[in-house]
Amino acid sequence: MSEKHLSSQFDSDLNGVSSQLMEMGGLVETQIQRAMQSLANFSTTLADEVVHAEDRVDAMEVTIDRALSSIVARRQPAARDLRLLLAISKITTNLERAGDEAQKIARKVKSIVESGEARDMPIGDLRVAADLASSLIRRALDAFARLDVAVAVSIVKEDDLIDREFKGFTRKLITYMMEDPRTISDSLDLLFIAKAVERIGDHAKNIAEYVIYITWGADVRHRPLAEIEAALRENQAEDLS
Amino acid sequence: MILPNIMLDTQTNAPPPVKMSVCNLDFYYGKFHALKNINLDIPANRVTAFIGPSGCGKSTLLRAFNRMYELYPDQRATGEILLDGENLLTSKQDVALIRARIGMVFQKPTPFPMSIFDNIAFGVKLFENLSQIDLEERVEWALKKAALWDEIKDKLSQSGASLSGGQQQRLCIARCIAIRPELLLLDEPCSALDPISTARIEELIAELKKDYTVVIVTHNMQQAARVSDHTAYMYLGDLVEFGETEQMFFKPNRRETEDYITGRFG
Repeated sequence: MSEKHLSSQFDSDLNGVSSQLMEMGGLVETQIQRAMQSLANFSTTLADEVVHAEDRVDAMEVTIDRALSSIVARRQPAARDLRLLLAISKITTNLERAGDEAQKIARKVKSIVESGEARDMPIGDLRVAADLASSLIRRALDAFARLDVAVAVSIVKEDDLIDREFKGFTRKLITYMMEDPRTISDSLDLLFIAKAVERIGDHAKNIAEYVIYITWGADVRHRPLAEIEAALRENQAEDLS
Repeated sequence: MILPNIMLDTQTNAPPPVKMSVCNLDFYYGKFHALKNINLDIPANRVTAFIGPSGCGKSTLLRAFNRMYELYPDQRATGEILLDGENLLTSKQDVALIRARIGMVFQKPTPFPMSIFDNIAFGVKLFENLSQIDLEERVEWALKKAALWDEIKDKLSQSGASLSGGQQQRLCIARCIAIRPELLLLDEPCSALDPISTARIEELIAELKKDYTVVIVTHNMQQAARVSDHTAYMYLGDLVEFGETEQMFFKPNRRETEDYITGRFG
């Protein structure tokens, strides 16, 4: 929010809660990266750290929710302030769930490492999808910080890529399982991880949709991508004219 | 900004019938141009709120609606204010009759220095020739409508000034509706009242819109959001934006409106 309120305390409250959200987002992004790193390195130590750090993500969610309640109670926000606060509340929930997925990945990594079988499994594909998902979270938060609708729309679009990766990866795992039934247990663990990555992508997409909500006041959830892109083009054309 | 189709979630109900239509209205205090080409339709049986900073013309507009400004020389209005199609500004109708059709309640309660009963009966007697029984019924009806009856039914002969501020304001509203106006103008009716009296008046406004068209001027934005169906934002004599209250407080179309509503106005 660039323009200032008459009440500088209100500005400071809004900036404070936005900063907390960015901090939480940074933490979740790190959690995802470290969870995937633990898979690449077969490191239970790293996986354990991720599992334990989830408490910090949960604590931040509670802190941000408390700050939001306080602002709503004291300020009775309207228009874009109201949309911002509602969106932060929803984004926080999505970040917390993305954090949960990172924790799930770490737990599965421990199970895979402890079984000692998975080194020949197609982990590389999974890392590509996970890097994409983690970058989507980061870019969704950047879009939030700059209220950049164009970036938000591109994230909604790119989530489709992760969904496609997930489907491809599932097919690949099925081939592994059919060829060698001994890989079934580890394949299921990897499938679980792939699902977690896919869910992280969904959360990034949800966050991007809330950035659009703050800026346009439009609820684009469950709307076709083509419709959202058309609206973006119309608005960009109007901004230029 | 173009509103994409995805924004049009609001139901497209048929627009309500128009009670009062303001067309190209300009208003002058001497040489000062206080209202500039105002155009809007006030829907019937709805509450329309006017918001805006001090001096933006809200009260001036309200005073134009019932030609209150004519009490002062040097003040003049041009354009049209149509009440059910009749232009009030050029109407040959007695101005007292116009004001009976368009009642007004002011910021500070203004009870007459007479009994509670007479406060209500006084206006009724000016316009109607009722029997004592009918008059008593009318007074009771108005006080019940104004949610005041239960509190004062045993002290109707007491002075109106003996009531609390909130009760006095409801007495003024009762006095106003006793002559059964078509349009009710409320000029900051709660600004001198505590939150409980304010809540009572707001309840009353919601009740009154079943029978009347209500226009309220308020400095309290939350009050406008709570009580009104439509909101108009005015600034320096211009009508900046007029729309459904929900839309005005959630995603106004004009940047100026949003800045004012969110407290960025400086």
